Amino acid sequence: MRRSILIGLAFGAGAVHLAVVGVLLMLYQRSIIVGTLSLGQAVLLVIAGGAGAMAGRPLPGLVAGAAASVPIAVLAAVMSFVPLQSIFIALSPALYDMLTLELGLAAGIGVLIGAGAVAGLFGAALRSSPTAVRRAIFPGAIAVAIAGVFQELIQLMLQQYEDSIGDFREFIYTWEGLSPQGAVAIFVVVGLCSEVIGSVWRRRAARIQVHDHRRERMIWAGLALLVLVLLPALAGSYIGQVLMLVGLYILMGMGLNLEVGLAGLLDLGFVAFFAVGAYTTALLTADAPHALAHLSYWAAMPVSVLLSVGVGVLFGLPVLGVRGDYLAVATMGLGEIVRVIVQSDFAAPLLGGAQGILQIPKPQLGSFVLGSPVSLFYLTLVASAVAAFVAWRLENSRLGRAWMALRDDEDVAQALGINLVRSKLLAYGLGAAFAGLAGSIFATMITSVYPSSFQLLISINVLALIIVGGMGSLPGVVLGSIVLIGLPELLREFGEYRYLFYGAVLIVMMRLRPEGLWPSDVRQRELHAADETLALDAGADAVPAQPR
Amino acid sequence: MGRLNAVDVVLWALRLLVIAVVVAGTIGTVMKDRYDAAQWVDFVLFGLTIGAIYAQIALGYTMVYGVLRLINFAHGDFVMAGAFAGYFVAQPLDRSGFLDNHPVLGMGAILIVSVITSTSIALLTERIAYRPFRRVVGLAPLICAIGVSFFLEQTFRGMFGSAVKSYPSPTWERASFNVFGFHLPRVDVLVIVLAVLFMGGLYLIVQRTRMGTAMRAVAEDGEAAALMGIDVNKVVVFTFLLGGAMAGIAGVFYAFVYKQVYFFMGFTPGIKAFGAAVLGGIGNIPGAMLGGFFLGMVESVGPALFLDGLGIPAPYQLRDLIAFTLLIMVLIFRPQGLLGERMAKKRA
Repeated sequence: MRRSILIGLAFGAGAVHLAVVGVLLMLYQRSIIVGTLSLGQAVLLVIAGGAGAMAGRPLPGLVAGAAASVPIAVLAAVMSFVPLQSIFIALSPALYDMLTLELGLAAGIGVLIGAGAVAGLFGAALRSSPTAVRRAIFPGAIAVAIAGVFQELIQLMLQQYEDSIGDFREFIYTWEGLSPQGAVAIFVVVGLCSEVIGSVWRRRAARIQVHDHRRERMIWAGLALLVLVLLPALAGSYIGQVLMLVGLYILMGMGLNLEVGLAGLLDLGFVAFFAVGAYTTALLTADAPHALAHLSYWAAMPVSVLLSVGVGVLFGLPVLGVRGDYLAVATMGLGEIVRVIVQSDFAAPLLGGAQGILQIPKPQLGSFVLGSPVSLFYLTLVASAVAAFVAWRLENSRLGRAWMALRDDEDVAQALGINLVRSKLLAYGLGAAFAGLAGSIFATMITSVYPSSFQLLISINVLALIIVGGMGSLPGVVLGSIVLIGLPELLREFGEYRYLFYGAVLIVMMRLRPEGLWPSDVRQRELHAADETLALDAGADAVPAQPR
Repeated sequence: MGRLNAVDVVLWALRLLVIAVVVAGTIGTVMKDRYDAAQWVDFVLFGLTIGAIYAQIALGYTMVYGVLRLINFAHGDFVMAGAFAGYFVAQPLDRSGFLDNHPVLGMGAILIVSVITSTSIALLTERIAYRPFRRVVGLAPLICAIGVSFFLEQTFRGMFGSAVKSYPSPTWERASFNVFGFHLPRVDVLVIVLAVLFMGGLYLIVQRTRMGTAMRAVAEDGEAAALMGIDVNKVVVFTFLLGGAMAGIAGVFYAFVYKQVYFFMGFTPGIKAFGAAVLGGIGNIPGAMLGGFFLGMVESVGPALFLDGLGIPAPYQLRDLIAFTLLIMVLIFRPQGLLGERMAKKRA
């Protein structure tokens, strides 16, 4: 009993954090089902349900769920007596109304704790229920959440085909969001589908005996790629813009992946290469006083990439002998130096200082200008595809194996005859090439470059996405960019909270799943081999993976 | 070996370049004679002030690294937390006039609240985020620490907004002392004196108390210390407690010197102070203090002394450049620090 109360209180503390930071109110303003359930309420329920599931059996689950609502109820009570908004800007009357459901304090708290208890009970029941039930409920609930949260986008997409599926749209959506009957329909349909597909899949898997993970994954990756290619053309320029950003981060992620994931060199100054690529393109093409030339974009792009490689090698040379965590700080210092110089008056005659460089033209193919976000997205896609091919070949090459040896143990690698200097410089240089390419496209996308676009935050973003995806794994990079860049971009109001989310993601991933969501095969094998012996690996994988 | 020599050549070129810039800049500045004695005194005093703050922050890095071998990336954010907590005490006290009339009581209240805040955040961080990584080797703990740093920054941003808040400036600190005709601002003198007192206190705690002795033992050899019956967990908690307290004090001082607080303020001084800790030899407590003062001096005097002489416009914008260059040079050429680290043989 004490354990379940403690679990509940810990989860509740998390809920209070969300409330105080302001996330809860923001989520509250996004509804899932119009007039019935908001995203904020859903999150509170999920927190209580999670506490219940963690507590285990039904009765402790009930207690844990109720306990998870207590901290937030206390917060509501405190808010009703003390005006806190002058210090904590998020604790507004609107939040108070949300927490108490506009029922007044006593009734509101009662409902909160009651709902928490029910959710906790449900969570506990779900945990002990057979897989078949869970396989239907989870995908169904997720589908409803997606359909509700992104209703604006989905409706916009559906409206393009209004005459053929207009009735369908009106059944599911009202003009302001998901309708209750639509939610039930989606839940039932997706739940049933997942049930059927799941059981078919399992029967097949049992028949084939050896489950072919590789092929299964290839199919999924192929599907995802198809969606990526077709979606922007079908869905319009907003999605195109989001996906274009995702594509740029995929490019950078693949670059950093060579350095961190394969070679084990934790580089926090990665944004500098991105900046070099962007500024080179700007200086070579812009219609501005600082420009050195007025080349076409296609001439400027290779120069940008080459220059980035040069800077990468230059970057790598002095820090060759620096290892591990010192390397992280040293590269971060290098990145900051680049930013300080670009921003200063000292370099202003060349680089434009804080005002940046404006009027970078869009690339042209013959007479066709790649001006719209969708066409630029396809440019990014092609660049990413080429880069992915290069990265994939590198990974399986002699050099790639040398990098992995380097990552696992530098001294042993050297003893085995691997040229440390060459391998490390190649890692920096090639990683920089990817970032330079991304920077070059970025410059033409926003048609201007400012030093403030190249903050350390970008390095951290890229690091976060390869960690979420799985270090050293190419599909992981794609997955990580979609989850960490695409999703927050779609939930526009989420913008300012995304770094909070990144911070939490870094901590949680390192603790629970250091190999990432889509680990590379090599990593996976290493981690499973390491289940018994303590992995003394230079990567993130020293925590043994949970057996699956 | 041929290739390796090429690398050595580059490293030597880098060294010579830095030395050349320093020498040429100094000569240029001396020849130009643009600054008078009062300005140099200002630079030095400011260097000591900011150096004292860096020294306090560096202590936190050095102690935690000594005990856990972990770069506590979030340490700069403990500083920020202290500054924020201090702000929310200083603001009402200043408005009611209490801070003007009772400087000692007022400052005491500000410091106590900020120390409590920073310390509790430090302890929570240790318990929740760092303890699970106690036995993990590799990059995972560092990445987790980066995550903690971001999480703390954005939490404060969410709670208090992203706008820069200006710190109150009570009348008594705006005046300055007159010594031999030089004006020494009171804030600076106050910060230096108090910081030195607090650091002296910390040094005594580490050197003289049982807990401090245990801490030094764990820093020397954690496993042997555990075998001798030292409760390593307790020592780690104590280390974070001391580091967090110093960070809280440093945060208030930093905010009083720069007169502003915002959620990202801990990052730059944090990184610089880490550099100071490495400069003094990481794990070495007097070294961290010395490193902090040295860094502060170089950063404050450097732009005028090295860069102005080269004819670089607005050299103050490049103050961070000097600090970061120093940081990188130390990491590359003397990772064991000026005074030598206490556990040189420990680090692979």
